[in-house]
Amino acid sequence: MSVEFGFFLETVISGLMAGVMYALVALGFVLIFKASGIFNFAQGVMCLFAALTFVGVQEKFGLPAWLALPAAVGVMILLAWLIERLVLRHLVNQDPIILFMATIGLAYVLEGLGDLMWGSDVKLLDIGLPQGASDYMLDNFNLYVEKLEVVAAVIASILVAALAVFFQKTRVGRALRAVADDHQAALSVGISLNTIWVIVWSVAGIVALVAGIMWGSKSGVQFSLSLIALKALPVLILGGFTSIPGAIVGGLIIGVGEKVAEVYMGPFVGGAVENWFAYMLALAFLLVRPQGLFGEKIIERV
Amino acid sequence: MSDAHNNTILSVNNIEVIYDHVILVLKGVSLSVPRGGIVALLGANGAGKTTTLKAISNLLGAERGDVTKGSIEFEGEEVQALSPNDLVRRGCIQVMEGRHCFGHLSIEENLLTGAYTRKDGNAAIKRDLEMVYNYFPRLRERRQSQAGYTSGGEQQMCAIGRAMMAGPSMILLDEPSMGLAPQLVEEIFEIVKQLNEKEGVSFLLAEQNTSVALRYASYGYILEGGRVVMDGEAKELSENQDVKEFYLGVGGEGQKSFRDVKHYKRRKRWLA
Ligand SMILES: Nc1ncnc2c1ncn2[C@@H]1O[C@H](COP(=O)(O)OP(=O)(O)O)[C@@H](O)[C@H]1O
Ligand SMILES: [Mg+2]
Repeated sequence: MSVEFGFFLETVISGLMAGVMYALVALGFVLIFKASGIFNFAQGVMCLFAALTFVGVQEKFGLPAWLALPAAVGVMILLAWLIERLVLRHLVNQDPIILFMATIGLAYVLEGLGDLMWGSDVKLLDIGLPQGASDYMLDNFNLYVEKLEVVAAVIASILVAALAVFFQKTRVGRALRAVADDHQAALSVGISLNTIWVIVWSVAGIVALVAGIMWGSKSGVQFSLSLIALKALPVLILGGFTSIPGAIVGGLIIGVGEKVAEVYMGPFVGGAVENWFAYMLALAFLLVRPQGLFGEKIIERV
Repeated sequence: MSDAHNNTILSVNNIEVIYDHVILVLKGVSLSVPRGGIVALLGANGAGKTTTLKAISNLLGAERGDVTKGSIEFEGEEVQALSPNDLVRRGCIQVMEGRHCFGHLSIEENLLTGAYTRKDGNAAIKRDLEMVYNYFPRLRERRQSQAGYTSGGEQQMCAIGRAMMAGPSMILLDEPSMGLAPQLVEEIFEIVKQLNEKEGVSFLLAEQNTSVALRYASYGYILEGGRVVMDGEAKELSENQDVKEFYLGVGGEGQKSFRDVKHYKRRKRWLA
């Protein structure tokens, strides 16, 4: 393997970690959008809030990590339930723009709540995920690969596989897909939309928790965590707003693409390509393929 | 009283429905469905058939519609207090106009969503799935197909089969004939009749296709402009001169339209 190609591979792999994060955040968006047509502005803040809660219960109550995880999951489910009770239920049948604004409000509330409950200092998140370079890859392939990135990719894959099984094989998963297809018909067969909303927001909350923990392990838990959500928008444009595989592939493409562009294009344009590459790619996509890579075909047949 | 109770599965008493707080659509509709009966709700496009069915299944909320007067009782219980899923659980389910299958789900998955509210276990659900496939052999053939890619007739069968999976005692069936070839309409109504006779399901059937509906129903109501203008035994209705003229298209001087002067006069007579 040539040195240049090895370097290229290292760049790609380091882009994967960011890609996995983008994919998870975009996945949360897609779940909520499919089930309720709501564009959830608060998805990024949910990552921050979930990670803060996870660290917070360890610091304040001295819980070990293995107990903090179910506790944080519980908090995210409770949050989903509260959102349904206090917000969604009262905004049924409103315009999408009103629901969108409600999620902007939600983002601020969550940010404040996180601060209030757990404080605003940068928190270390260490649950013993392996750090440093993988010796195996270094010895055998002469590649520098962060262990954390490999672990993150594995965890994300497991999460996605579990979600796929949940959606395809279970009664509730089927009901979720039914609601995404036609919520009137779902109502008519006795599926309660309120229950479904609590479930999707819980799932989105758990996905946010996983994303938050992984990102936090790398860079600490701090406000900037909620900004990864800004990268989710181009991911969604690339992958299609209603496609789960789209969110995953789109996330990976953008994560890898911006790293590669930074390294190989950066020197010619004065750097900082990483900051705008995703948006340029999304813009190009909007022109060529507005429904996204995997945007669902609308079945038109009566 | 209790006798009437036992023999009537559904009664709608003088209901008024308003959309968006201002549009008055139903102006006092009353009807009842006897247990084990097939009742037809007839009328032209826009008469208020769908609105009546949605008021019964409590699906008006999603359309910003409100029942502002009157009452609806299913099995003696006031419907307004129940959510759509409560109603499905109690045995009253609607098959919506335009079928509304879940397009990206397979036919079999569509059928299984019908069993969503059931708590009687997988064995019973499997048995009912088999029952639905026996009534609709075409669905068995297409069980793995995405519903969105099946034909209109298959989608109508899927929608009825899906409702049957809830184990209902009453199905509110909205325009099953819409957009289907006459032969297929006949096939579907034939199966509805069998479901009624063999599975004991009562039907309230909204239809514009008056002649087919009156052949399969035992009783009919005719809606016009949000009011019941006529009701009676299906046989009587199909022999009634006005019905023949305006809904069956077999008047003295050929086909008539609703806007005929004569029609207007007759309608006034009914309303008086
Ligand atoms: N969601 C709605 N908002 C306002 N008006 C409606 C709505 N749905 C139906 N209508 C009106 O109510 C009347 C009856 O409609 P509908 O019940 O669908 O009649 P039918 O099923 O007999 O064709 C029509 O004039 C229609 O325009
Ligand atoms: Mg209608």
